[in-house]
Amino acid sequence: MATVIVDGQEIEIGADERLNCIEAARRAGKEIPHYCWHPGLSVVASCRMCLIETGQRDAATGKVTMVPKLVPGCQTPVKDGTVIVTESQLVKESRARVEEALLIDHPIDCPICDKAGECLLQDYHFQHGQAERRADLHPFTSRKRDVGPTVTLFVDRCIMCTRCVRFTREVAGSAELMVTSRGAKEEIDVFPGHPLANKLAGNVVDLCPVGALGDKDFLYQQRVWFLKREANVCGGCAAGCSIHTEHNQDTVYRLKPRENPHVNTWWMCDDGRYGWHHLHDDSRVLDVMRRDAGSAPGSATTLEWADVVVRLRDDLKAAGRLAVAVSPMLTVEEAWMLCAVARSIDPQAFLAVGHVPVVGADETFPGGFTIRAEKCPNQRGVAEVLALYGAGGNTWDNLVAHVAAGRADAAWITGAYPGAWIDEAAAAPFAGLRHLVVQDLFDSPLMQLATWRLPAVGFAERAGTWVNVAHRAQSFAQAIRPPAGVWPEGRLFWNMLGRRGLYDPVAVRRQMAESSAAFAALAGDLPAVGVDLRIHQLA
Amino acid sequence: MQPFKPVLLEAVGVPDGHSIASYKSRGGYAPLEATLAGKQPLDVVEMVKASGLRGRGGAGFPTGLKWTFLPKDHPGPIYLCVNADESEPGTFNNRIMMEDDPHQVIEGIILSSYATRATTAYIYLRYEYPQSWHRLQAAIDEAYAAGYLGKNIRGTGFSLDIYLHRGAAAYICGEETGLIESLEGKRAWPRIKPPFPAIEGLFRKPTVVNNIETMACVAQIARRGVDWFKSIGVPADPANPRDPGSYGPKLYCLSGHVEKPGCYEAPLGITARELIDRFGGGVWQGRRAKAVIPGGISMGLMTEGELDTPLDFAGPGKVGCLGLGTAAVVVIDDQTSIVDFLHNSCRFFAHESCGQCTPCREGTSWSLRLLERIKAGKGRLRDLDILLELGNTMGMMPGSTICGLADGAAWPIKNAIKKFRGEFEDYIKRTNPSGWMVTDPVPALQIVGAH
Repeated sequence: MATVIVDGQEIEIGADERLNCIEAARRAGKEIPHYCWHPGLSVVASCRMCLIETGQRDAATGKVTMVPKLVPGCQTPVKDGTVIVTESQLVKESRARVEEALLIDHPIDCPICDKAGECLLQDYHFQHGQAERRADLHPFTSRKRDVGPTVTLFVDRCIMCTRCVRFTREVAGSAELMVTSRGAKEEIDVFPGHPLANKLAGNVVDLCPVGALGDKDFLYQQRVWFLKREANVCGGCAAGCSIHTEHNQDTVYRLKPRENPHVNTWWMCDDGRYGWHHLHDDSRVLDVMRRDAGSAPGSATTLEWADVVVRLRDDLKAAGRLAVAVSPMLTVEEAWMLCAVARSIDPQAFLAVGHVPVVGADETFPGGFTIRAEKCPNQRGVAEVLALYGAGGNTWDNLVAHVAAGRADAAWITGAYPGAWIDEAAAAPFAGLRHLVVQDLFDSPLMQLATWRLPAVGFAERAGTWVNVAHRAQSFAQAIRPPAGVWPEGRLFWNMLGRRGLYDPVAVRRQMAESSAAFAALAGDLPAVGVDLRIHQLA
Repeated sequence: MQPFKPVLLEAVGVPDGHSIASYKSRGGYAPLEATLAGKQPLDVVEMVKASGLRGRGGAGFPTGLKWTFLPKDHPGPIYLCVNADESEPGTFNNRIMMEDDPHQVIEGIILSSYATRATTAYIYLRYEYPQSWHRLQAAIDEAYAAGYLGKNIRGTGFSLDIYLHRGAAAYICGEETGLIESLEGKRAWPRIKPPFPAIEGLFRKPTVVNNIETMACVAQIARRGVDWFKSIGVPADPANPRDPGSYGPKLYCLSGHVEKPGCYEAPLGITARELIDRFGGGVWQGRRAKAVIPGGISMGLMTEGELDTPLDFAGPGKVGCLGLGTAAVVVIDDQTSIVDFLHNSCRFFAHESCGQCTPCREGTSWSLRLLERIKAGKGRLRDLDILLELGNTMGMMPGSTICGLADGAAWPIKNAIKKFRGEFEDYIKRTNPSGWMVTDPVPALQIVGAH
């Protein structure tokens, strides 16, 4: 153990922990302001906002010897006896001067800047800056340029922290961004003919402490202070990146990565970042449609959800042998309830993991970030649930073969896929069934064959737990409500099981944890970073 | 004072003095052969340590001590970088040596590489020195042909390659870690320390960065001995335990308002007045000096009354200057406006600031804008306070920047305003009679950039 003294307050840090002064001070509840430092990037110590006073306490005599000048907190490691002073007059004056210097060339166009409200330059100015402007007053300038298909650079707002440059070099590895010119004339730019077009490009917008890098997808869409954020998990691939869904009035405006050292560290990919637009697509399936077994397509009529609970069960029971595809887009709670519903209708129901979309191969970036080829968030979780029902290892192909072999009279296919996933040929084996229930976000050749067409919900409209490719289970709450009238899958299953009250995914999760060893790790309240599902099996 | 016979400049004026034949005829390369034949690398380190040689690049750090910071028993490679990016305004002594006696430099490099166990040396040459480039490259080729460079030199098993790298004209490349970054092909943004280059430098390997003149001194120490070197200069001040003394000959670059500007070799410790009068023939046109830059523009200003300050490593600091720097003495006569001087100085540093650290990037630019304002007749007395505050707070010494460029930018500001405040105030009141007392923010002027 090592003792660090932050503004007179002693804190203990682990012997093998390598912390800098910013991190150590944070442990003591002291925030040292900083722009250029980021835990996921190399240290450059260039913004000089984190300048502090440090010293060393002699272990034997207790005498403190201070360093006679300011040092950058980001660059200075702490060890036993390190003394950190974050609030001295010298430090405060230094911060005020850095703020003043950064504002000399800044356009101060906060009213038309997207970053206003979550801008470090703004926040630090109010906390550490001085009210008076001593530098001369500039005419307003606003130069912007496209640095890539998704990112716009507002040149004058930049404070040259170079986080974005280091990100493209160290994490994305494609090094599109660079610094041009020198001194106060220097700017961020791209090399001619090489736009910022890597799959992690959106992260530079998150990294930007000011409004210099704007996300074209979000630009001028919403003031950030109207946004509410929900800790969520990206459903774009099997990596299961921790995210914040930022929304207002049941509309998602943007997704931001949420720090999770076990999954995505500080980053997310652009596929995931912009992968929410399908939620607000006009062509989503919104109505429940049913037609009688054997009737002509087109004879379907709409139903109320309350009727579905009873009539769907009756139809499937009447049909006979049931096959169910449990979509890897569903949460483990929903999968668990769906299996229970299916087996309560047909104790011999054939259960399988739904279609697993795979695109290309896993793509790992130099910084270690990996985009998974498996474009669904919960294959592991669903497979684990199926194993509880004795259906472990059953895949979509098994289910298709099962149906094609005529061993099922009815099938219930859950989807919730964000885009097209099945063509007519692949749907053909399902044509002869007495009842086909298809529950999906969008119309498809399979849904055309269905006697029951049920809407599904998207990732931000869902609550529950997903298990990613590394067996990490992360629970999340619903961020936005589904379109009017649409029930999340879990609510339908909950009601079909005859459970009372509102659908409560947490209650289901706890029940799962109590009743099965495989899900024991899901007991109690899960930490924001999730748990390793195998933790008990490993022990 | 004894007449001093130039040593470092002995080839100047010698016909074909830059050739290897001429250099050998003066006794060159014999010390190298003797060293390779009979001495261990540590002997050379001890020799340089004993000589008290301090780096000639500006900071005056003891050269032998710097070499001992290299890790012991490192598997290599170890690199020697020779800083020939001579960009400090007023400084041109490296150019004289590279053009007129390149073999002296190369012998010094070989000896230093032998001492530090470096097997590759890079000379980082300022872009604007084409003649140096040609002469140095020709000398390197001659040294290869003569068997002083290459593999297994003189059968000793010691190998050394020297690469001549031409910079792209940036002042910051003279900062040792900026130089290293530039050599690696990157933007010359000085690195944060630690790690220091001796531990992790060029290509993340142990590296020594030394100045051209330092290399020449090493060659002369090997030829003439430690005692000769210590017989020249100023011994350590016993009252100051941190002063290791200033030994050896030094090349002073005398320029500005003197009758005979030039590069003169003198013992360390000569006073500025002596240098101007004895070597420079006095201030030009019989005028008086108003101020003298002791060692390149970044070292600040001495007033006429301070001219008897000895120009050794400790001297200029005693009168409020940053140090001896590169010993480039620039004389400013009494008919020159100190406002113009400071404007020029601020323009240089605003142009050359690499832009990495906020206080330097914005501080140098702001100080230029303040000087532009004063020069345009819109100055305010308040601007002087702001300038002084900028000067006092930017730099490595207050801790607000990574490298010393900002200290160099700050010192002329601090010195000029502290030592010549009256002239600034008169200028401002005279040129801006209606607005010199304003303290509110004022609109910016259209500034014609230095680019």
